[in-house]
Amino acid sequence: MSINRRQFLKIAGISTILGIGGTAVVNGLRKGDLEASQMEPNPEGLTAKRWGFVVDMSKFKSEADVKRVIASCHDIHNVPDFGNPKDEVKWIWKDDYEHVFPGQENEYATEEMKGKPFMVFCNHCAYPACVRVCPTKATFKRKDGIVMMDMHRCIGCRFCMAACPFGARSFNFRDPRGTDANGQPFIKHLDPEFPTRTKGVVEKCTGCYERLAKGKMPACVEASNGGIVFGDLEDPNSEVRKLIGKNYTIRRRPELGTQPSIYYIIGGNENA
Amino acid sequence: MYNAGKILIGLAIFFGLATFPFFYNMGKAVAKPDPKLDTPEIMKLAKQDRKCVEPKEFMRAEHMQLLNNWRDSVVRDNVRVYVNSEGKKFDMSLQNTCMRCHSNKKKFCDECHNYMAVKPYCWDCHIAPKEKES
Repeated sequence: MSINRRQFLKIAGISTILGIGGTAVVNGLRKGDLEASQMEPNPEGLTAKRWGFVVDMSKFKSEADVKRVIASCHDIHNVPDFGNPKDEVKWIWKDDYEHVFPGQENEYATEEMKGKPFMVFCNHCAYPACVRVCPTKATFKRKDGIVMMDMHRCIGCRFCMAACPFGARSFNFRDPRGTDANGQPFIKHLDPEFPTRTKGVVEKCTGCYERLAKGKMPACVEASNGGIVFGDLEDPNSEVRKLIGKNYTIRRRPELGTQPSIYYIIGGNENA
Repeated sequence: MYNAGKILIGLAIFFGLATFPFFYNMGKAVAKPDPKLDTPEIMKLAKQDRKCVEPKEFMRAEHMQLLNNWRDSVVRDNVRVYVNSEGKKFDMSLQNTCMRCHSNKKKFCDECHNYMAVKPYCWDCHIAPKEKES
């Protein structure tokens, strides 16, 4: 039996369509079987398009407010205290106005503003410089905007520290599990639910990703009594967006174009 | 053969040294690893609940792949609930899920890892539980 050109094209066309359709259906089913049913995100986890912070400076009145907020973070994340500024590891810390907002110094600024302890931590930039330079993708941007650290991948090259314009990153020059000259451990309160780091990796604020996944707010937000507000910057009805809409806010070094996600309310409502 | 005497003596010494470990250890069997599963946490559970996230045989052969997948999923994709082959759900966490039951790292992890001379770097960062034995 011989077939003509027309019949051959018909058969070839139909079998191609069946072939493509067939594999797509089979692959689709197999994918569902293996991946979707084996792992799933925590249903209680908080989600957002772009997490951001608003720091309301009027809520930071005394040294105790600052210490409480720093301790709330450093205690649960096993951040070591090496006791000297050269080896210092910090996730959240305080600094003066002129150091937090360089280029906006004001020689006649009020005494109050000069002494104010500005809370600074990773800005979780929309276009993070650290992520661009990381050669191993150990630091990366999550879908919800958190700039995350994967300590398993960090090789300690410190490119990210050179790239970050905010000094938000610290390198472990020493073993954080070690002890100082007096035999005191560098990590004062060891939290058994969170890992430590090892010598030779870079660390920073991770936006309390482990708390977000359980439906909790970041530790600093909880400890600050409203001084730090956390929410979705892409959601116009979120608390952070309302605060940014109502108050005059500034960000650290916006001219660099990394789009930091921490907004500072400097003056309070009446003199905004 | 020139210098046959010296060469033969040299060869004899070489073979003696090279095969020394085999002769030295001949007939001695190194104790087989015997990981212990009888931590207080596990003994507290009812008999039918004393199960790992997957069957024993699977865990024995594949725990390293499973842990690797857990780590990548949690850290990189923020997907942290594991549904096992029976449909039960677990929080994917070495410190807070695995070691909560297996609170005997020395008798559970190290027992085989030392025998096999593998040195996973989990515990450089992750905190091992306080050693408990039954």
